[in-house]
Amino acid sequence: MKIAVCVKQVPDTWAEKKLKADTSTLDRESADGVLNELDEYAVEQALQLVEANGGEVVIVTMGPERAAETLRKAISMGADAGIHVLDNNLAGSDAIATSAVLAKALQGRDFDLILFGSESTDARMSVIPAMVAERLGLAQVTFAQKVNVDGTTLIAERVTDYGFDTLTTSLPAVVSVVEKINEPRYPSFKGIMAAKKKPVETLTAADLGLDPSVVGAGAAWSAVADFAARPPKPAGVVITDEGAGGTSIADYLTTSKFI
Amino acid sequence: MSDVLVLAEHHESEIRKVTFELITAARALGTPVVLWLGTGCGDAAVAAMGGFGATKILVADSTDVSDHPVVPGAEIVASLIESMKPAAVLVASSADGKEIAARSAIKSGCGIITDAVDIAPDGTVTQSIFGGSTVVHSRVTHGTPIITVRPNSITASQSAATAVVENITIAISDAAKLVSVTNRNVVEKGARPELAEADVVVSGGRGVGGAEGFGVIEALADSLNAAVGASRAATDAGWYPHQFQVGQTGKTVSPSLYIANGISGAIQHRAGMQTSKVVIVVNKDSEAPIFELADFGVVGDLFTVVPQLTEEIAKRK
Repeated sequence: MKIAVCVKQVPDTWAEKKLKADTSTLDRESADGVLNELDEYAVEQALQLVEANGGEVVIVTMGPERAAETLRKAISMGADAGIHVLDNNLAGSDAIATSAVLAKALQGRDFDLILFGSESTDARMSVIPAMVAERLGLAQVTFAQKVNVDGTTLIAERVTDYGFDTLTTSLPAVVSVVEKINEPRYPSFKGIMAAKKKPVETLTAADLGLDPSVVGAGAAWSAVADFAARPPKPAGVVITDEGAGGTSIADYLTTSKFI
Repeated sequence: MSDVLVLAEHHESEIRKVTFELITAARALGTPVVLWLGTGCGDAAVAAMGGFGATKILVADSTDVSDHPVVPGAEIVASLIESMKPAAVLVASSADGKEIAARSAIKSGCGIITDAVDIAPDGTVTQSIFGGSTVVHSRVTHGTPIITVRPNSITASQSAATAVVENITIAISDAAKLVSVTNRNVVEKGARPELAEADVVVSGGRGVGGAEGFGVIEALADSLNAAVGASRAATDAGWYPHQFQVGQTGKTVSPSLYIANGISGAIQHRAGMQTSKVVIVVNKDSEAPIFELADFGVVGDLFTVVPQLTEEIAKRK
Protein backbone atom coordinates (compact mmCIF):
# COMPACT_ATOMS: atom_id res chain seq x y z
CA MET A 1 0.00 0.00 0.00
CA LYS A 2 1.03 3.58 -0.65
CA ILE A 3 0.80 5.86 2.36
CA ALA A 4 1.31 9.62 2.65
CA VAL A 5 1.98 11.18 6.04
CA CYS A 6 1.46 14.94 6.27
CA VAL A 7 3.76 16.54 8.83
CA LYS A 8 4.33 20.06 10.10
CA GLN A 9 7.32 21.85 11.54
CA VAL A 10 6.28 23.62 14.74
CA PRO A 11 8.12 25.60 17.41
CA ASP A 12 9.62 23.36 20.07
CA THR A 13 6.78 22.11 22.29
CA TRP A 14 8.56 23.36 25.41
CA ALA A 15 9.31 26.86 24.06
CA GLU A 16 7.25 29.98 24.76
CA LYS A 17 5.40 30.87 21.55
CA LYS A 18 4.58 34.39 20.33
CA LEU A 19 3.08 36.24 17.38
CA LYS A 20 5.05 38.64 15.14
CA ALA A 21 4.02 42.27 15.48
CA ASP A 22 4.08 43.04 11.75
CA THR A 23 2.15 40.07 10.32
CA SER A 24 0.25 38.71 13.35
CA THR A 25 1.56 35.28 12.39
CA LEU A 26 3.52 32.80 14.48
CA ASP A 27 7.12 33.82 15.13
CA ARG A 28 8.79 30.67 13.83
CA GLU A 29 12.35 31.98 14.07
CA SER A 30 12.32 32.64 17.81
CA ALA A 31 12.24 28.95 18.71
CA ASP A 32 13.76 25.75 17.37
CA GLY A 33 11.61 24.08 14.74
CA VAL A 34 10.71 20.48 15.50
CA LEU A 35 8.54 17.77 13.97
CA ASN A 36 5.03 18.23 15.41
CA GLU A 37 4.90 15.63 18.14
CA LEU A 38 1.59 14.08 17.10
CA ASP A 39 2.87 13.63 13.55
CA GLU A 40 5.46 11.16 14.87
CA TYR A 41 2.58 8.85 15.78
CA ALA A 42 1.21 9.16 12.25
CA VAL A 43 4.63 8.29 10.76
CA GLU A 44 4.93 5.33 13.14
CA GLN A 45 1.46 4.08 12.15
CA ALA A 46 2.36 4.32 8.46
CA LEU A 47 5.59 2.38 9.01
CA GLN A 48 3.77 -0.34 10.95
CA LEU A 49 1.11 -0.67 8.24
CA VAL A 50 3.76 -0.95 5.51
CA GLU A 51 5.76 -3.45 7.57
CA ALA A 52 2.63 -5.60 7.81
CA ASN A 53 1.22 -5.10 4.31
CA GLY A 54 4.14 -4.00 2.14
CA GLY A 55 4.28 -0.71 0.27
CA GLU A 56 5.86 2.69 0.70
CA VAL A 57 5.62 5.74 2.94
CA VAL A 58 5.94 9.28 1.57
CA ILE A 59 6.30 12.23 3.97
CA VAL A 60 4.59 15.45 2.83
CA THR A 61 5.14 18.89 4.28
CA MET A 62 4.48 22.52 3.45
CA GLY A 63 6.72 25.10 5.04
CA PRO A 64 9.72 27.39 4.72
CA GLU A 65 13.21 26.24 3.80
CA ARG A 66 14.11 24.99 7.25
CA ALA A 67 11.07 22.67 7.28
CA ALA A 68 13.34 20.44 5.14
CA GLU A 69 15.05 19.37 8.41
CA THR A 70 11.72 18.24 9.79
CA LEU A 71 10.95 16.36 6.57
CA ARG A 72 14.32 14.53 6.85
CA LYS A 73 13.68 13.78 10.51
CA ALA A 74 10.37 12.12 9.63
CA ILE A 75 11.97 10.22 6.74
CA SER A 76 14.78 9.04 9.05
CA MET A 77 12.21 7.09 11.07
CA GLY A 78 12.06 4.77 8.04
CA ALA A 79 10.02 6.42 5.26
CA ASP A 80 10.87 6.10 1.59
CA ALA A 81 10.53 9.58 0.10
CA GLY A 82 9.43 13.14 0.73
CA ILE A 83 7.50 15.99 -0.85
CA HIS A 84 8.27 19.53 0.30
CA VAL A 85 5.96 22.31 -0.85
CA LEU A 86 8.25 25.32 -0.56
CA ASP A 87 7.15 28.72 -1.79
CA ASN A 88 7.43 32.15 -0.15
CA ASN A 89 4.00 33.00 -1.55
CA LEU A 90 2.51 30.44 0.84
CA ALA A 91 3.62 32.31 3.99
CA GLY A 92 0.68 33.29 6.16
CA SER A 93 -1.72 30.78 4.58
CA ASP A 94 -4.74 30.03 6.78
CA ALA A 95 -6.16 26.53 7.27
CA ILE A 96 -8.40 26.93 4.21
CA ALA A 97 -5.43 27.71 1.93
CA THR A 98 -3.13 25.16 3.59
CA SER A 99 -5.68 22.42 2.96
CA ALA A 100 -5.88 23.49 -0.70
CA VAL A 101 -2.10 23.21 -1.07
CA LEU A 102 -1.90 19.82 0.64
CA ALA A 103 -4.82 18.48 -1.41
CA LYS A 104 -3.05 19.49 -4.63
CA ALA A 105 0.22 17.94 -3.47
CA LEU A 106 -1.55 14.67 -2.60
CA GLN A 107 -3.95 14.24 -5.47
CA GLY A 108 -3.22 12.06 -8.49
CA ARG A 109 -0.54 10.07 -6.65
CA ASP A 110 -2.72 7.06 -5.82
CA PHE A 111 -2.26 7.11 -2.07
CA ASP A 112 -4.30 4.42 -0.32
CA LEU A 113 -4.02 6.21 2.98
CA ILE A 114 -3.25 9.79 3.96
CA LEU A 115 -2.23 10.07 7.61
CA PHE A 116 -2.05 13.09 9.92
CA GLY A 117 -1.42 13.75 13.61
CA SER A 118 -4.70 14.87 15.19
CA GLU A 119 -3.48 18.41 15.86
CA SER A 120 -0.43 20.64 15.61
CA THR A 121 0.93 21.89 18.91
CA ASP A 122 1.11 25.49 17.65
CA ALA A 123 -2.24 26.34 16.01
CA ARG A 124 -4.18 23.48 17.63
CA MET A 125 -7.14 23.81 15.23
CA SER A 126 -7.47 20.09 14.34
CA VAL A 127 -9.24 20.96 11.09
CA ILE A 128 -6.70 20.21 8.33
CA PRO A 129 -7.41 16.45 8.03
CA ALA A 130 -11.16 17.13 7.64
CA MET A 131 -10.53 19.92 5.13
CA VAL A 132 -8.15 17.81 3.03
CA ALA A 133 -10.66 14.91 3.05
CA GLU A 134 -13.37 17.35 1.97
CA ARG A 135 -11.27 18.71 -0.90
CA LEU A 136 -10.24 15.25 -2.12
CA GLY A 137 -13.70 13.73 -1.62
CA LEU A 138 -12.16 10.97 0.49
CA ALA A 139 -13.43 9.05 3.51
CA GLN A 140 -12.44 10.70 6.79
CA VAL A 141 -11.49 8.79 9.92
CA THR A 142 -10.10 11.19 12.52
CA PHE A 143 -8.86 10.98 16.13
CA ALA A 144 -8.08 7.29 15.64
CA GLN A 145 -6.70 5.37 18.61
CA LYS A 146 -6.52 2.14 16.61
CA VAL A 147 -6.27 1.51 12.86
CA ASN A 148 -6.45 -1.86 11.12
CA VAL A 149 -6.29 -2.44 7.38
CA ASP A 150 -7.53 -5.66 5.84
CA GLY A 151 -7.26 -5.60 2.05
CA THR A 152 -9.11 -2.43 1.11
CA THR A 153 -11.18 -2.32 4.30
CA LEU A 154 -10.17 0.03 7.08
CA ILE A 155 -11.47 -0.46 10.60
CA ALA A 156 -10.62 2.17 13.19
CA GLU A 157 -11.53 3.36 16.65
CA ARG A 158 -12.32 7.08 16.83
CA VAL A 159 -12.00 8.71 20.26
CA THR A 160 -15.18 10.51 21.35
CA ASP A 161 -16.21 12.44 24.46
CA TYR A 162 -18.04 9.38 25.75
CA GLY A 163 -15.53 6.68 24.78
CA PHE A 164 -14.90 5.61 21.20
CA ASP A 165 -16.74 4.73 18.00
CA THR A 166 -15.75 1.81 15.81
CA LEU A 167 -15.72 2.98 12.18
CA THR A 168 -15.49 1.06 8.93
CA THR A 169 -14.67 2.35 5.47
CA SER A 170 -12.93 1.41 2.23
CA LEU A 171 -9.57 2.78 1.12
CA PRO A 172 -8.52 5.33 0.07
CA ALA A 173 -9.06 7.35 3.23
CA VAL A 174 -7.75 10.28 5.26
CA VAL A 175 -6.91 9.28 8.84
CA SER A 176 -5.72 11.32 11.82
CA VAL A 177 -4.27 9.63 14.88
CA VAL A 178 -4.07 10.41 18.60
CA GLU A 179 -0.96 9.64 20.66
CA LYS A 180 -2.56 6.66 22.28
CA ILE A 181 -2.23 4.68 19.05
CA ASN A 182 1.42 3.58 19.29
CA GLU A 183 4.89 4.34 20.60
CA PRO A 184 6.89 6.17 17.88
CA ARG A 185 10.34 4.72 17.21
CA TYR A 186 13.50 6.80 17.43
CA PRO A 187 15.35 7.18 14.14
CA SER A 188 18.23 4.69 14.05
CA PHE A 189 21.72 5.78 13.00
CA LYS A 190 21.19 3.75 9.82
CA GLY A 191 17.86 5.51 9.28
CA ILE A 192 19.43 8.94 9.71
CA MET A 193 22.18 8.13 7.20
CA ALA A 194 19.71 6.58 4.75
CA ALA A 195 17.34 9.57 4.99
CA LYS A 196 20.01 11.80 3.46
CA LYS A 197 19.80 9.78 0.25
CA LYS A 198 16.01 9.37 0.04
CA PRO A 199 14.38 11.29 -2.82
CA VAL A 200 12.66 14.57 -1.89
CA GLU A 201 10.61 16.48 -4.43
CA THR A 202 10.50 20.22 -3.83
CA LEU A 203 7.45 21.87 -5.39
CA THR A 204 6.17 25.45 -5.66
CA ALA A 205 2.54 26.55 -5.69
CA ALA A 206 2.84 27.03 -9.44
CA ASP A 207 4.17 23.46 -9.84
CA LEU A 208 0.97 22.32 -8.15
CA GLY A 209 -1.12 24.39 -10.53
CA LEU A 210 -2.35 26.64 -7.74
CA ASP A 211 -3.58 30.11 -8.49
CA PRO A 212 -1.43 32.47 -6.34
CA SER A 213 -4.57 34.38 -5.38
CA VAL A 214 -5.87 31.44 -3.29
CA VAL A 215 -2.79 31.02 -1.08
CA GLY A 216 -0.72 33.06 1.36
CA ALA A 217 -1.61 35.75 3.86
CA GLY A 218 -3.46 37.86 1.28
CA ALA A 219 -5.91 35.06 0.54
CA ALA A 220 -6.83 34.34 4.17
CA TRP A 221 -10.57 34.25 4.91
CA SER A 222 -10.06 35.64 8.39
CA ALA A 223 -7.88 38.45 9.67
CA VAL A 224 -6.31 39.35 12.98
CA ALA A 225 -7.35 42.81 14.20
CA ASP A 226 -4.98 42.96 17.16
CA PHE A 227 -3.32 40.81 19.79
CA ALA A 228 -1.65 41.25 23.15
CA ALA A 229 0.20 39.19 25.70
CA ARG A 230 -2.08 38.18 28.52
CA PRO A 231 -1.07 40.13 31.62
CA PRO A 232 0.82 37.86 34.00
CA LYS A 233 -1.26 36.52 36.83
CA PRO A 234 -0.61 38.22 40.16
CA ALA A 235 1.38 35.92 42.43
CA GLY A 236 -0.80 33.81 44.69
CA VAL A 237 -0.22 32.57 48.23
CA VAL A 238 1.98 29.50 48.62
CA ILE A 239 2.38 27.85 52.01
CA THR A 240 4.32 24.80 53.17
CA ASP A 241 2.28 22.00 54.70
CA GLU A 242 2.99 21.64 58.39
CA GLY A 243 0.05 19.39 59.12
CA ALA A 244 -2.85 21.67 58.20
CA GLY A 245 -2.27 22.15 54.44
CA GLY A 246 -5.57 20.55 53.48
CA THR A 247 -7.47 22.64 56.03
CA SER A 248 -5.82 25.82 54.67
CA ILE A 249 -7.05 25.00 51.18
CA ALA A 250 -10.53 24.37 52.58
CA ASP A 251 -10.37 27.81 54.26
CA TYR A 252 -9.37 29.39 50.95
CA LEU A 253 -12.23 27.60 49.16
CA THR A 254 -14.69 28.73 51.84
CA THR A 255 -13.54 32.37 51.54
CA SER A 256 -13.83 32.15 47.72
CA LYS A 257 -17.31 30.62 48.16
CA PHE A 258 -16.53 27.30 46.44
CA ILE A 259 -17.71 25.47 49.56
CA MET B 1 -32.49 40.68 12.68
CA SER B 2 -30.85 37.89 10.77
CA ASP B 3 -30.75 34.34 11.98
CA VAL B 4 -27.68 32.90 13.63
CA LEU B 5 -27.29 29.16 13.18
CA VAL B 6 -26.24 27.25 16.30
CA LEU B 7 -25.25 23.59 16.10
CA ALA B 8 -26.51 21.84 19.24
CA GLU B 9 -23.86 19.79 21.06
CA HIS B 10 -25.42 16.71 22.58
CA HIS B 11 -24.95 13.00 23.16
CA GLU B 12 -28.29 11.45 22.30
CA SER B 13 -30.84 13.20 24.56
CA GLU B 14 -28.16 14.53 26.91
CA ILE B 15 -27.67 18.18 25.96
CA ARG B 16 -24.27 19.74 26.63
CA LYS B 17 -24.04 22.98 28.57
CA VAL B 18 -22.00 24.55 25.76
CA THR B 19 -25.18 24.54 23.63
CA PHE B 20 -26.68 27.14 25.99
CA GLU B 21 -23.44 29.14 25.84
CA LEU B 22 -23.63 29.09 22.02
CA ILE B 23 -27.28 30.24 22.05
CA THR B 24 -26.35 33.04 24.47
CA ALA B 25 -23.51 34.15 22.16
CA ALA B 26 -25.83 33.94 19.14
CA ARG B 27 -28.33 36.36 20.75
CA ALA B 28 -25.75 39.14 20.55
CA LEU B 29 -25.43 38.59 16.80
CA GLY B 30 -29.05 37.95 15.77
CA THR B 31 -31.88 35.47 16.27
CA PRO B 32 -30.69 32.04 17.47
CA VAL B 33 -31.87 29.12 15.35
CA VAL B 34 -30.62 25.73 16.55
CA LEU B 35 -29.73 22.76 14.35
CA TRP B 36 -30.06 19.41 16.15
CA LEU B 37 -28.41 16.51 14.34
CA GLY B 38 -29.63 12.99 15.09
CA THR B 39 -31.86 11.61 17.80
CA GLY B 40 -32.73 12.83 21.27
CA CYS B 41 -34.41 16.19 20.69
CA GLY B 42 -37.26 15.73 23.17
CA ASP B 43 -39.61 18.27 24.78
CA ALA B 44 -37.20 18.85 27.66
CA ALA B 45 -34.32 19.74 25.31
CA VAL B 46 -36.58 22.06 23.28
CA ALA B 47 -37.81 23.83 26.40
CA ALA B 48 -34.27 24.15 27.78
CA MET B 49 -32.94 25.68 24.56
CA GLY B 50 -35.96 27.98 24.34
CA GLY B 51 -35.13 29.16 27.84
CA PHE B 52 -31.87 30.57 26.54
CA GLY B 53 -33.49 32.28 23.56
CA ALA B 54 -33.64 29.71 20.75
CA THR B 55 -36.61 30.63 18.56
CA LYS B 56 -36.50 27.62 16.28
CA ILE B 57 -35.04 24.12 16.50
CA LEU B 58 -34.33 22.46 13.17
CA VAL B 59 -34.16 18.70 13.69
CA ALA B 60 -32.33 16.59 11.12
CA ASP B 61 -32.83 13.06 12.38
CA SER B 62 -32.24 10.19 9.99
CA THR B 63 -30.08 7.08 9.79
CA ASP B 64 -27.93 8.99 7.27
CA VAL B 65 -27.02 11.40 10.05
CA SER B 66 -26.66 8.94 12.90
CA ASP B 67 -24.81 6.14 11.07
CA HIS B 68 -22.07 8.24 9.46
CA PRO B 69 -19.75 10.62 11.33
CA VAL B 70 -19.22 14.33 10.61
CA VAL B 71 -19.76 14.58 6.86
CA PRO B 72 -23.61 14.44 6.71
CA GLY B 73 -23.66 17.14 9.39
CA ALA B 74 -21.36 19.30 7.29
CA GLU B 75 -23.62 18.87 4.24
CA ILE B 76 -26.64 19.95 6.28
CA VAL B 77 -24.84 23.01 7.69
CA ALA B 78 -23.64 23.98 4.20
CA SER B 79 -27.15 23.59 2.83
CA LEU B 80 -28.58 25.79 5.63
CA ILE B 81 -25.89 28.45 5.04
CA GLU B 82 -27.16 28.55 1.46
CA SER B 83 -30.90 28.61 2.22
CA MET B 84 -31.04 30.57 5.52
CA LYS B 85 -28.20 32.98 4.84
CA PRO B 86 -27.42 33.23 8.56
CA ALA B 87 -25.30 36.07 9.94
CA ALA B 88 -22.97 33.48 11.48
CA VAL B 89 -22.70 29.79 12.35
CA LEU B 90 -21.71 28.90 15.93
CA VAL B 91 -20.45 25.44 16.80
CA ALA B 92 -18.84 23.92 19.90
CA SER B 93 -15.06 23.32 19.82
CA SER B 94 -15.48 19.57 20.10
CA ALA B 95 -13.98 17.03 17.69
CA ASP B 96 -17.22 16.74 15.71
CA GLY B 97 -18.00 20.44 16.00
CA LYS B 98 -14.65 21.56 14.63
CA GLU B 99 -14.74 19.07 11.77
CA ILE B 100 -18.31 19.92 10.76
CA ALA B 101 -17.24 23.57 10.84
CA ALA B 102 -14.12 22.81 8.79
CA ARG B 103 -15.89 20.87 6.06
CA SER B 104 -18.84 23.24 5.77
CA ALA B 105 -16.37 26.16 5.51
CA ILE B 106 -14.79 24.54 2.45
CA LYS B 107 -18.18 23.59 0.96
CA SER B 108 -19.65 27.07 1.42
CA GLY B 109 -16.56 29.17 0.80
CA CYS B 110 -16.63 30.64 4.30
CA GLY B 111 -13.87 31.63 6.69
CA ILE B 112 -13.52 29.77 9.97
CA ILE B 113 -12.17 30.74 13.40
CA THR B 114 -11.76 28.03 16.03
CA ASP B 115 -11.69 28.09 19.83
CA ALA B 116 -13.35 31.45 20.37
CA VAL B 117 -13.64 32.47 24.02
CA ASP B 118 -15.86 35.46 23.25
CA ILE B 119 -17.75 36.97 20.31
CA ALA B 120 -18.57 40.69 20.20
CA PRO B 121 -21.86 41.93 18.64
CA ASP B 122 -19.90 43.14 15.59
CA GLY B 123 -18.59 39.62 15.02
CA THR B 124 -15.09 40.20 16.40
CA VAL B 125 -13.85 36.98 17.92
CA THR B 126 -11.56 36.72 20.95
CA GLN B 127 -9.19 33.76 21.14
CA SER B 128 -6.80 32.81 23.89
CA ILE B 129 -3.84 31.08 22.23
CA PHE B 130 -0.47 29.53 23.11
CA GLY B 131 -1.86 28.12 26.32
CA GLY B 132 -3.57 31.35 27.26
CA SER B 133 -0.42 33.49 27.02
CA THR B 134 -1.71 35.61 24.11
CA VAL B 135 -5.14 37.14 23.50
CA VAL B 136 -6.09 37.64 19.83
CA HIS B 137 -8.99 39.52 18.24
CA SER B 138 -9.90 38.50 14.71
CA ARG B 139 -12.73 38.45 12.22
CA VAL B 140 -13.87 36.26 9.38
CA THR B 141 -13.51 38.32 6.19
CA HIS B 142 -14.97 35.95 3.60
CA GLY B 143 -18.45 34.45 3.45
CA THR B 144 -20.54 33.57 6.50
CA PRO B 145 -18.40 33.50 9.66
CA ILE B 146 -18.14 29.94 11.00
CA ILE B 147 -16.95 30.10 14.58
CA THR B 148 -16.23 27.28 16.99
CA VAL B 149 -16.54 28.23 20.65
CA ARG B 150 -14.58 26.73 23.54
CA PRO B 151 -16.88 25.30 26.24
CA ASN B 152 -17.05 27.16 29.58
CA SER B 153 -15.79 30.42 28.08
CA ILE B 154 -19.04 32.31 27.54
CA THR B 155 -21.45 32.54 30.48
CA ALA B 156 -24.87 31.25 29.46
CA SER B 157 -27.75 33.52 30.45
CA GLN B 158 -31.48 32.80 30.31
CA SER B 159 -33.71 34.75 27.91
CA ALA B 160 -37.03 33.04 27.49
CA ALA B 161 -38.30 32.37 23.98
CA THR B 162 -40.75 29.81 22.71
CA ALA B 163 -38.86 27.46 20.47
CA VAL B 164 -40.69 26.03 17.47
CA VAL B 165 -39.55 22.61 16.29
CA GLU B 166 -39.22 22.01 12.57
CA ASN B 167 -38.16 18.65 11.19
CA ILE B 168 -35.98 19.08 8.15
CA THR B 169 -34.99 16.62 5.46
CA ILE B 170 -31.88 17.40 3.50
CA ALA B 171 -30.64 14.83 1.00
CA ILE B 172 -27.27 13.39 2.00
CA SER B 173 -24.89 12.48 -0.82
CA ASP B 174 -23.28 9.04 -1.12
CA ALA B 175 -19.89 10.72 -0.66
CA ALA B 176 -20.96 11.69 2.85
CA LYS B 177 -21.70 8.07 3.69
CA LEU B 178 -18.27 6.56 2.96
CA VAL B 179 -17.58 5.89 6.65
CA SER B 180 -20.01 3.93 8.83
CA VAL B 181 -20.24 3.74 12.59
CA THR B 182 -20.47 0.04 13.41
CA ASN B 183 -20.36 0.35 17.19
CA ARG B 184 -20.54 3.11 19.81
CA ASN B 185 -18.52 2.25 22.89
CA VAL B 186 -19.60 4.26 25.90
CA VAL B 187 -17.01 4.23 28.66
CA GLU B 188 -18.75 4.48 32.01
CA LYS B 189 -17.76 7.77 33.58
CA GLY B 190 -20.19 7.53 36.46
CA ALA B 191 -21.93 10.59 37.81
CA ARG B 192 -19.05 13.01 37.26
CA PRO B 193 -19.56 16.00 34.98
CA GLU B 194 -18.07 16.17 31.48
CA LEU B 195 -14.42 17.28 31.73
CA ALA B 196 -14.53 20.02 29.07
CA GLU B 197 -17.51 21.75 30.65
CA ALA B 198 -17.10 21.01 34.36
CA ASP B 199 -17.19 23.99 36.71
CA VAL B 200 -14.56 22.35 38.93
CA VAL B 201 -11.73 20.08 37.77
CA VAL B 202 -9.46 18.07 40.08
CA SER B 203 -6.34 16.74 38.30
CA GLY B 204 -3.52 14.38 39.12
CA GLY B 205 -0.08 14.03 37.58
CA ARG B 206 3.21 12.22 37.99
CA GLY B 207 3.15 12.81 41.75
CA VAL B 208 0.09 10.57 42.08
CA GLY B 209 2.50 7.69 41.54
CA GLY B 210 0.17 5.09 40.04
CA ALA B 211 -3.36 4.14 39.04
CA GLU B 212 -4.35 3.35 42.65
CA GLY B 213 -3.19 6.85 43.69
CA PHE B 214 -6.04 8.34 41.66
CA GLY B 215 -8.40 7.14 44.40
CA VAL B 216 -7.63 10.24 46.50
CA ILE B 217 -8.01 12.49 43.44
CA GLU B 218 -11.41 10.98 42.64
CA ALA B 219 -12.55 11.29 46.27
CA LEU B 220 -11.69 15.01 46.29
CA ALA B 221 -13.38 15.46 42.91
CA ASP B 222 -16.56 13.81 44.17
CA SER B 223 -16.64 16.00 47.29
CA LEU B 224 -16.75 19.05 44.97
CA ASN B 225 -18.94 17.51 42.26
CA ALA B 226 -15.93 17.96 39.98
CA ALA B 227 -14.58 16.25 36.89
CA VAL B 228 -11.28 14.36 37.15
CA GLY B 229 -8.39 15.32 34.88
CA ALA B 230 -4.90 13.95 34.43
CA SER B 231 -1.60 15.22 33.08
CA ARG B 232 0.06 13.61 30.10
CA ALA B 233 2.60 11.95 32.42
CA ALA B 234 -0.27 10.15 34.16
CA THR B 235 -2.14 9.12 31.01
CA ASP B 236 1.01 8.04 29.17
CA ALA B 237 1.89 5.84 32.15
CA GLY B 238 -1.57 4.27 31.87
CA TRP B 239 -2.63 5.41 35.36
CA TYR B 240 -5.74 7.17 34.07
CA PRO B 241 -7.67 6.91 30.78
CA HIS B 242 -6.50 9.03 27.88
CA GLN B 243 -9.80 10.90 27.39
CA PHE B 244 -9.23 12.66 30.72
CA GLN B 245 -5.91 14.17 29.68
CA VAL B 246 -5.69 17.94 30.11
CA GLY B 247 -3.07 19.76 28.05
CA GLN B 248 -1.62 20.43 24.67
CA THR B 249 -2.48 17.08 23.14
CA GLY B 250 -5.57 16.53 25.28
CA LYS B 251 -8.53 18.59 26.46
CA THR B 252 -8.51 22.32 27.08
CA VAL B 253 -10.51 23.29 30.14
CA SER B 254 -11.43 26.66 31.69
CA PRO B 255 -13.31 25.81 34.88
CA SER B 256 -14.03 28.23 37.73
CA LEU B 257 -11.77 26.13 39.95
CA TYR B 258 -8.84 23.90 38.95
CA ILE B 259 -7.00 21.84 41.57
CA ALA B 260 -3.65 20.48 40.31
CA ASN B 261 -2.19 17.68 42.41
CA GLY B 262 1.30 16.32 41.82
CA ILE B 263 1.52 18.12 38.48
CA SER B 264 4.77 19.95 37.69
CA GLY B 265 3.17 22.34 35.23
CA ALA B 266 5.13 21.89 32.01
CA ILE B 267 3.87 24.03 29.09
CA GLN B 268 2.30 20.86 27.73
CA HIS B 269 -0.10 20.84 30.70
CA ARG B 270 -0.48 24.59 31.23
CA ALA B 271 -1.69 24.98 27.64
CA GLY B 272 -4.79 23.04 28.62
CA MET B 273 -5.73 24.77 31.89
CA GLN B 274 -4.12 28.21 32.03
CA THR B 275 -7.42 30.03 31.52
CA SER B 276 -8.99 28.43 34.62
CA LYS B 277 -10.34 31.17 36.87
CA VAL B 278 -8.96 29.98 40.24
CA VAL B 279 -6.04 27.54 40.46
CA ILE B 280 -5.09 25.55 43.56
CA VAL B 281 -1.82 23.62 43.57
CA VAL B 282 -0.59 20.78 45.75
CA ASN B 283 2.96 19.64 45.00
CA LYS B 284 5.93 18.31 46.96
CA ASP B 285 8.38 20.33 44.88
CA SER B 286 8.30 24.04 45.80
CA GLU B 287 10.16 24.78 42.54
CA ALA B 288 7.44 23.24 40.32
CA PRO B 289 6.44 25.79 37.63
CA ILE B 290 2.75 25.12 38.28
CA PHE B 291 3.06 27.28 41.43
CA GLU B 292 3.42 30.32 39.10
CA LEU B 293 -0.24 29.87 38.21
CA ALA B 294 -1.46 29.17 41.73
CA ASP B 295 -3.92 31.46 43.47
CA PHE B 296 -3.31 29.27 46.47
CA GLY B 297 -0.64 26.59 46.74
CA VAL B 298 0.53 24.08 49.29
CA VAL B 299 4.00 22.60 49.20
CA GLY B 300 3.43 19.17 50.64
CA ASP B 301 2.61 15.50 50.11
CA LEU B 302 -0.64 15.20 48.20
CA PHE B 303 -1.41 11.93 50.02
CA THR B 304 -1.77 13.82 53.30
CA VAL B 305 -3.00 17.21 52.02
CA VAL B 306 -5.67 15.96 49.62
CA PRO B 307 -7.46 13.50 51.99
CA GLN B 308 -7.44 16.20 54.69
CA LEU B 309 -9.01 18.65 52.25
CA THR B 310 -11.65 16.10 51.20
CA GLU B 311 -12.52 15.50 54.85
CA GLU B 312 -12.73 19.25 55.58
CA ILE B 313 -15.05 19.80 52.62
CA ALA B 314 -17.34 17.01 53.87
CA LYS B 315 -17.43 18.61 57.33
CA ARG B 316 -18.27 22.08 56.04
CA LYS B 317 -21.05 21.06 53.68
